Amino acid sequence: MPRQKLVLVGNGMAGIHCLEDILKIAPDQFDITVFGDEPYPNYNRIQLSKVLQGDTELEDITLNSWDWYEKNDIRLYPGETVIEIDQDKHLVKTDKNRITPYDKLILATGSNPFVLPLPGADKKGVITFRNIKDCLEIIEYSKSGKDAVVIGGGLLGLESARGLLNLGLNVKVVHISEYLMNRQLDKTASHLLQLQLEKQGMEFLLNKRTVEITGNEYVNGLKFSDGDELKADLVIMAVGIRPNIKLAEENGIPTHRGIIVNDFMETKIPDIYAVGECVEHRERCYGLVAPLYQQGKVLAHHLCGEKTAGYAGSIDSAKLKVSGVDVFSAGQIHELENTKTIKSYDGWGMTYKKILVENGKIKGAILFGDTNESAHLSSLINKQADVEDYLNKEKEKNSETSIVGSLQDDEIICGCNGVDKGTIVQAINEKGLTTVDQVKACTNASRSCGTCKSMVADLLKLTIGDKFDSTKKEEPVCDCTTMTRDEVVSAIRTMGLTNVREVMNVLDWENKEGCSKCRPAINYYLNMVNPIHYADDQESRFVNERMHANIQMNGTYSVVPRMYGGVTNSDELRKIADIADKYHVPMIKLTGGQRIDLLGVDKEDLPKMWKDLNMRSGFAYGKSVRTVKTCVGEKFCRFGTQDSIGMGIKLEKKFEGLNTPHKVKMGVSACPRSCAESGIKDVGVIGVQGGWEIYVGGNGGTKLRTADLLCKVKESEEVLEYAGAFLQYYRENAKYLERTSAWIERVGIEHVRDVLSNKEIRDQLNQRMDEALSPIEDPWASVLANEETQKQLYQKVHVGGNEK
Amino acid sequence: MGKNVFVTKYSELPVNLGKTVLVGEKSIALFKLSTGKVYAIENRCPHREGVLAEGMISGEYVFCPMHNWKIGIVDGVVQAPDEGCVSTFPVKIQNDDIFIVIDDLDNPSIKNPDRCVYNESFNK
Ligand code: SRM
Ligand SMILES: Cc1cc2nc3c(=O)[nH]c(=O)nc-3n(C[C@H](O)[C@H](O)[C@H](O)COP(=O)(O)OP(=O)(O)OC[C@H]3O[C@@H](n4cnc5c(N)ncnc54)[C@H](O)[C@@H]3O)c2cc1C
Ligand code: SF4
Ligand code: FES
Repeated sequence: MPRQKLVLVGNGMAGIHCLEDILKIAPDQFDITVFGDEPYPNYNRIQLSKVLQGDTELEDITLNSWDWYEKNDIRLYPGETVIEIDQDKHLVKTDKNRITPYDKLILATGSNPFVLPLPGADKKGVITFRNIKDCLEIIEYSKSGKDAVVIGGGLLGLESARGLLNLGLNVKVVHISEYLMNRQLDKTASHLLQLQLEKQGMEFLLNKRTVEITGNEYVNGLKFSDGDELKADLVIMAVGIRPNIKLAEENGIPTHRGIIVNDFMETKIPDIYAVGECVEHRERCYGLVAPLYQQGKVLAHHLCGEKTAGYAGSIDSAKLKVSGVDVFSAGQIHELENTKTIKSYDGWGMTYKKILVENGKIKGAILFGDTNESAHLSSLINKQADVEDYLNKEKEKNSETSIVGSLQDDEIICGCNGVDKGTIVQAINEKGLTTVDQVKACTNASRSCGTCKSMVADLLKLTIGDKFDSTKKEEPVCDCTTMTRDEVVSAIRTMGLTNVREVMNVLDWENKEGCSKCRPAINYYLNMVNPIHYADDQESRFVNERMHANIQMNGTYSVVPRMYGGVTNSDELRKIADIADKYHVPMIKLTGGQRIDLLGVDKEDLPKMWKDLNMRSGFAYGKSVRTVKTCVGEKFCRFGTQDSIGMGIKLEKKFEGLNTPHKVKMGVSACPRSCAESGIKDVGVIGVQGGWEIYVGGNGGTKLRTADLLCKVKESEEVLEYAGAFLQYYRENAKYLERTSAWIERVGIEHVRDVLSNKEIRDQLNQRMDEALSPIEDPWASVLANEETQKQLYQKVHVGGNEK
Repeated sequence: MGKNVFVTKYSELPVNLGKTVLVGEKSIALFKLSTGKVYAIENRCPHREGVLAEGMISGEYVFCPMHNWKIGIVDGVVQAPDEGCVSTFPVKIQNDDIFIVIDDLDNPSIKNPDRCVYNESFNK
């Protein structure tokens, strides 16, 4: 079947978005031609405000690159205006005399800025603000002018006023109403807004009607109905927009305020459709992209022969894009007889919230100062939800993450592009997304005005937890690179990197040799990713871990032999005593971790001493599992409910020698008195009648932290299962040198609980844990078995002199 | 002129792992860098006497294992923000033999880089 010819007039946001929807549904159904009278590919008009404010570059606001048109086989005629439509012959004609046939025609001609019909409105220096050309012109004028006046105190007027301030001009805003943004705000919110903007340096002339623009060729001032005058080098006219219906009107397509369409975006003429700002639907025209995108979606389905319920109209909502000012408004905002309001006002903190309720349903809202709830409220208003729903959620914790958490899957996160929560979460999970930019690329969320970025960030956080570090730019691993931990780990995984030097080379480390911060970290990540085959990099180990002993301030070392669960016996103690004598150990000490420490040993004596001890390393030096402290437990203690010593030994034997991001300490107590201090351990276990409680993320060191309850289990085997899964999850996700306590603070215990509550995930984690444990050998024995290492690391060179 | 003191075989010296050399009571740290060049410096950090031979080596620098000061292996200069210097010794390599040049075996005097200002306590 030959493709149907689809022609789009208007290369703007609504039309192209509709094409994107069509391509998604039926990529091969149409042969597409686009006419646009602007000489650019489709760009993000919304961002023009940001460009003017200097936050974004023009190059960055392209939505569909030239490539996109090519890839999708779309014929684009930029800089060409359609001037005629022949309904009978199904042809369009352009100002360049190009004639193109269509089977289906979409009009998406947008709107035109309204220019007040004032004397002098055509003078040079009087500019509207609608497209790239206007934007460039304003920037150009700002270079020579000093005093700028914006006529219009609505969204667009205020956003451009902010831009002019940033361009270094004195800015006065003239507004005809007695308060700003009167279509979106009530007086209270407007007053707060005015105060904020005045603080930023804007001046306001309210209740002023402009009657004339003065000057010769160039504007030099304004005159008002009350006789006042004002000096101006530049005037921005931002008093509103009018649907651009010229083409339709001139070609017999019925219009009113806009091009009249039904619920399927059909005009009254067969095969001619319309979407966007040029449209009038159920006697309403829209000036924000969210409703336009909904229209486009309906039209796409309709054209592709897919079922659609049709477009039923939208509720307006608006956010002001001026940095430092948070204002949101949606739906009905003015009180009527039968409305009730929920209000809170903080004149000091400058926050205000008003929610309008009619017959128990939420109808509209205004937020000032704190707009965290905006998405939630938008969706409630759209659904006309019960106010009780809202109030119940309000009682829950009021953080933004919990707000996105409590949203339903079909609730809209990105109003501009109509992307709901479910779509974003699905994309994150299926495509393994980890950054806001990736979500933007895959779902379009936050692609337009960007105000929902923080919510997208929260969703990421909620969905993937620790892999995502909120909106904050993540710290690079160290000064040698700009890459973050996650980027490095994912590069290791995807590029199959196998040694520290290769990582630094391939990832273009600025400092080619790395430093004492990044090298041990890379060494850890490499081992974590590939525990079986990775050959440890001695040179990238901190001295203690290279030498398998703790270095002391005078260059001697300490030796802590392994004593599982803190249990020893008389033979062992005798042996230790003899060896301490043999090597003149200056100090024998019981450690805080229930072990014995032999301090002050010369490095040349270390291997000999280990040999004599014939005990395993206690790893008192490592970023690895340290000690498992135990209490005496049921075998001796009158309160004991479980065999804490036995459990401690099991845990210690299982995880002995494991490489971890930071050291891991465990404790097992046999009752809630917790004599082994289970509540401040990385993994703390407490025996209770008929089971065990497992706590994680405790710390007794620099920054005390009470451990969080991970879960309760019945069987001893389950303790090992959960501990294994927890430790592996920590190994795979924490940054190097991040204790479990800091990591849990970062990702949230709920997230960890969530992940580990899934048996399948636990099994997989434990499988990888077993893999990581499998190549581990006792390091002291390894040194003893390798003369080369002994020589390289432990032998000193003695020359001449009066050697000691 | 100092005396050439044989310390070890070039082929036996591991790359990027320091070697402790005891000359009488003086402890010297010997380093073979990834470039293959060998350097010798005083094995005592100007901060609190950390043993530099045990530090992590990065290019021509060593990070003291005690408190992570970064010290130039070639010139003995401590890198900002910290300050100070360690002494350096000339190294000679003949065939596979490494020699350190030392003035007096019993009391090796140490070659100081010109621009170094020493702590009082250092050269005690
Ligand atoms: C030997 C011991 C002190 C003692 O004589 O009791 C000790 C000694 C050292 N601790 Fe500790 N800690 C010892 C128990 C503890 C404890 C108590 C415990 O384990 O029950 C804590 C608090 C509990 C905790 O970690 O949650 C503790 C918190 C620290 C910290 C702070 C860690 C933190 O995340 O806040 C450090 C610094 C670090 O690791 O970065 C540290 C670091 C050190 C180092 C390794 C400092 C260093 O890097 O050189 C000390 C080695 C001294 C030496 O010359 O050998 N030590 N250290 C204890 C050995 C335990 C063992 O048997 O393995
Ligand atoms: C500065 C600024 C800030 C904004 N901020 C926001 C915001 O924060 N949130 C929000 O939701 N909305 C915002 N908007 C509004 C939003 O940009 C518009 O709602 C949206 O762009 C309308 O899309 P459209 O496709 O209907 O029209 P347009 O994007 O205007 O596209 C219409 C295109 O058709 C072309 N055209 C017209 N007639 C013809 C013809 N005969 N032949 C060929 N081409 C033709 C036009 O040149 C134009 O390129 C803002 C607008 C501006 C100007
Ligand atoms: S508390 Fe720990 S780190 Fe501090 S001096 Fe004592 S042993 Fe050393
Ligand atoms: S002793 Fe070297 S840094 Fe402190």
